[in-house]
Amino acid sequence: MNIRNTIDQKGKEILNVYCTAGYPHLDSTVTVLKSLSEEGVDLIELGMPYSDPLADGETIQKSSQVALQNGLTLNILFEQVKEARQHTQVPIIAMGYYNQMLQYGVEKFLSKAHQSGIQGMIIPDLPMDIYEKKYANLFQEYNMEISFLITPLTSDERIKQADRLSSAFIYVVSQTSITGKKGEIQLHQKEYFERIAQMNLHSPRLIGFGIHDKTTYNTACKYSHGAIIGSAFIRALSEGDMEASISNFITSIR
Amino acid sequence: MTMKNLYNVSKDGYYGDFGGAFIPEMLYANIDHLQKVYLEISQESNFVAEFEALLKDYVGRPSPLYRSVKLSEKYGAEIYLKREDLNHTGAHKINNTIGQILLARRIGKKRIIAETGAGQHGVATATVCALMDLECIIYMGEVDIARQAPNVARMRMLGAEVRPATSGSRTLKDATNEAIRDWINNAESTHYIIGSAIGPHPYPDMVTRFQSVISQEIKAQLFEKTGDEFPDYVVACVGGGSNAAGAFYHFLDHSDTKLILAEAAGEGIDSGRSAATSILGSQGIIHGCKTLLMQTNDGQIIEPHSVSAGLDYPGIGPMHAHLINSGRAKVYPATDEEAIQAMLYLSREEGIIPALETAHALAILEKMSFQKSDVVVLCLSGRGDKDLNTIMKYLN
Repeated sequence: MNIRNTIDQKGKEILNVYCTAGYPHLDSTVTVLKSLSEEGVDLIELGMPYSDPLADGETIQKSSQVALQNGLTLNILFEQVKEARQHTQVPIIAMGYYNQMLQYGVEKFLSKAHQSGIQGMIIPDLPMDIYEKKYANLFQEYNMEISFLITPLTSDERIKQADRLSSAFIYVVSQTSITGKKGEIQLHQKEYFERIAQMNLHSPRLIGFGIHDKTTYNTACKYSHGAIIGSAFIRALSEGDMEASISNFITSIR
Repeated sequence: MTMKNLYNVSKDGYYGDFGGAFIPEMLYANIDHLQKVYLEISQESNFVAEFEALLKDYVGRPSPLYRSVKLSEKYGAEIYLKREDLNHTGAHKINNTIGQILLARRIGKKRIIAETGAGQHGVATATVCALMDLECIIYMGEVDIARQAPNVARMRMLGAEVRPATSGSRTLKDATNEAIRDWINNAESTHYIIGSAIGPHPYPDMVTRFQSVISQEIKAQLFEKTGDEFPDYVVACVGGGSNAAGAFYHFLDHSDTKLILAEAAGEGIDSGRSAATSILGSQGIIHGCKTLLMQTNDGQIIEPHSVSAGLDYPGIGPMHAHLINSGRAKVYPATDEEAIQAMLYLSREEGIIPALETAHALAILEKMSFQKSDVVVLCLSGRGDKDLNTIMKYLN
């Protein structure tokens, strides 16, 4: 099932967990994908590690750096997803930066991603206009869904554009910040979530950035179709008994 | 169509294939606003008057255009040095920070951030923030904090907070990453003063315009000295490319003036420790613009190396990328060693201690050939006091 249908069918409390491919060890990817699936997460966001991840905080920066030092490349990542697909059918949305896609060759990139079993993309520095003009058809051709980000500073006009172009879900960035912030969700953020909820958008909305525990997850779910947890999961991932640390973390959220 | 349109920025922020704005949504509102207002604000008569008055009375412009007798003799051409090293704070960087701080005030920003490599842009930013009473945070790579210690002390003395960038190669690229992340976290309160002709549109054009005073003065000064506004060559070093952009700007449409860039070859082009972007780079995206950069087949950015912190950058400004690709500008590499020799030569022969960045431009004069009548203007972008640690280590 694709990402949009998965969200639509359940309708609420979607748990999307982010992990960095090739972290903590090069061959951890399959184990992590498999365990997350066994723990019953609804979606997985798979980070394609990048040398200069501008939108990411320290935790995801470090995990990306380690993954690259471990020798992870896009070709290895695609192979790992292919292998994981023998064990799990949880929809996977890959997250990375535009330069990775450009250097690989956009069509080849989408084709390989599709063949490996990736269903969607989040590319935070790919402008919506350029996507629409140059890549929307290619994405469709390779059955690749996409999610665009909106923030508290995004204009209504651009929110509508993100709604129109996002074939997976709208990624509601909870605050203007990089990833990995801790702390409770503030009143002004709730007002922003409420404002977006009132806009009657077509696309489902998942809230991310700063969602790190049961309380913030529940709050996010109250105002949207679900939430994305990234840095908190990376921090919880133990190099020792990885499966147990994943299980404990997911249990602590749900 | 004039030739200027071939090399200048297009309405949507491109120089040929290069430029644009590739930024996460968190920065869209800021960049969109800057794109809409930067030209209008910077062309208002009261802005222009304030900018020019500060350049004259605070910075000390115009900076002299000095004919170097010894270099002219050595290379068999008429060689002039545009003395940006004599500006307040010791480099060309202040031209841009004056312009951007005036802009930041007009758009109501209270907090200023900047990245710095050699520290000259950091000092120039800290200086204008002190002048205008604005909070100032400078991101600087850990490696650069060590090799440009005098500038770190100056920034602190001027009231700025210097925050180390500890990721990657811990140099200019990483300081820029950290500054962008800070901007994402403080998008509403903060203006980011980029010091190089890089970044998402409108930064490359905005920095270039504020630096264009360099070529504007060169034209007038050259006319006074030689009766001709146009030199045969303009030579400048390039990291991100702000001094080259300013020195080239008013000559872009005059094809008889050859534009020459000196880039940092580090320990040698093929040594694996280099910052020679035009040779080792390919088209890609860095810090919000499409340009030439050093990267792997997988699009991972390669850590550069140069002895000079200001040129230790894996990319190049999008305007420069376009000038190089279209053949309008020519690039010569200079190694660490060649730059140091050129720095020592100018110090001993002319009594001018140039910055290590500038020394790369001096070094490539060796690789060029001139006719006796050629008029060459070299942008002496900064002074070298900040590099004494590096040089003393080298001499010992």
